[in-house]
Amino acid sequence: MSILNFLLQPKNELEAGGRSALPVQGDEGEPEKTCPNCHRSLPLSRLWAQQNTCDCGHHYRMTARQRLSYLADPGSWRELFTDVASLDPIGFPGYGEKLSSARLNSKEAEAVLCGTASVGGQDCCLYVMEPYFMMGSMGTAVGEKLTRLFEYALEHRKSVVGFAASGGARMQEGLYSLMQMAKTSGAVKRHSDAGLFFLSVLTDPTTGGVTASFASEGDIILAEPGATVGFAGARVVEQTTRKALPKGFQTAEFMLEHGFVDAIAPRRGQRALIAKLLHLHEGGKQP
Amino acid sequence: MSGAYEIVKTARSTRRPTSMDFISGIFSGFMELHGDRRFADDRAIVGGLARLGERAVTVIGIEKGHSTRERMLRSFGAPQPEGYRKALRLMKQAEKFRRPVISFIDTSGAYCGIGAEERGQGQAIAENLMEMMTLRTPTISIVVGEGGSGGALALGAADRVWMLENAIYSVISPEGCASILWKDASKAETAAEVLKLTARDSLRGGLIDEVISEEGLGEERFWHRLRGKLTEALRELEAMSPETLTEARYRRFRAIGTDRKEG
Repeated sequence: MSILNFLLQPKNELEAGGRSALPVQGDEGEPEKTCPNCHRSLPLSRLWAQQNTCDCGHHYRMTARQRLSYLADPGSWRELFTDVASLDPIGFPGYGEKLSSARLNSKEAEAVLCGTASVGGQDCCLYVMEPYFMMGSMGTAVGEKLTRLFEYALEHRKSVVGFAASGGARMQEGLYSLMQMAKTSGAVKRHSDAGLFFLSVLTDPTTGGVTASFASEGDIILAEPGATVGFAGARVVEQTTRKALPKGFQTAEFMLEHGFVDAIAPRRGQRALIAKLLHLHEGGKQP
Repeated sequence: MSGAYEIVKTARSTRRPTSMDFISGIFSGFMELHGDRRFADDRAIVGGLARLGERAVTVIGIEKGHSTRERMLRSFGAPQPEGYRKALRLMKQAEKFRRPVISFIDTSGAYCGIGAEERGQGQAIAENLMEMMTLRTPTISIVVGEGGSGGALALGAADRVWMLENAIYSVISPEGCASILWKDASKAETAAEVLKLTARDSLRGGLIDEVISEEGLGEERFWHRLRGKLTEALRELEAMSPETLTEARYRRFRAIGTDRKEG
């Protein structure tokens, strides 16, 4: 194995595309994954080298850290607010254990990473949600970290680039979770009113209370190909309306068609696109 | 039967006064204003102009209706994106003319449907939250029955948030919670308990500002009491400059879930 292959090798199964498809042992001994879209098997190292996308264009889910490694200029990531952890504000049964296992499995303290970085040479504040931490759900810690990030960006007059990946508000923190929608929206609004730029990128999945708050509040909203994006769960919509859902319902492309997304942003070229958009909004940073 | 689930049932009772009853009970000369100026008029949200004593106010309410026919007309109080956009239009109008906004919340949640998704239910709620947080006029929101998730909060980012004694406010319905947790919607009673969705629970957590006693609910003495409370709260809020007011509102929501000592 060459040194390049070694560096590009995923460290665990999550980094190689997550649970949506389990890797299988290929002929040459390297684990492979079969694409749910084109059914072709690709070795993990190959997937990893092409930002967790299949040759056919299918975008696998990935961890927040993996996304950061593709996105941020090497060595530029500086993580913020790492001390913010979840509380159990309503003493929800089993929540403590659920948090512990989420931490253990994802190796993250919470469902969002916040910090500063440069992307293609452009400085910005960055948040990346972690779909493998309780499906990226927003409780008080996620709400608090995001709010602090927008406040930090306001204070330092920085643009914010954010990657949403969330099932919505976190049920286990009850009304406290719901209120994070208002709290984060307030912080986004203040940042916006100061003439600062927020680029929101919707990745798989962006639903519920996250769609209904900060993720939909970007000056520009991008979405990754094929990502599930919507408010109500598709199954709930189907059960409520007793109608067959239209093809491609609640996908990034559906949101583009209906006018709620500015553009589809495949991972290939995404970094350059973000850098370009940040550069175009440089002027907004003048006080 | 759990105490919390009794309250859930009371909050959902069709015999309970709806938002329209609150509007006609408290205010005088209500004139309904229709439509979001973009697509349609959603009957699940009513809004318009009224008087509270001598003062002109903007009132908005999520309306479930009483009779079966009316409840169907109003989608059982589940608003479409147009409803939230109408509410926002009226709020911005209130801001322009320096009228306070008083909102009544009573919904199991935002409407779940193909059309609602196509027309951006999530975006409509998000925009309301963002705009309400900096609206330069006093806002008071009262959860009078069900406060169901994002669809309720979309009218709830206010200076003062009150709940009726038997109202509920929750991130998810007890049935939804039970089916996720125990794959069994019939365990809703237990779910109602663990969700801490009653007015007392919400007050204890500092999530709302006041619990409104239901003594005499629907009678003139009840409306009279609410009229007095609203007038008093508006006097306090109107004494603030728009800057102080929006700063205080930001701080109010900013403080929720900030305490990290147990982390």
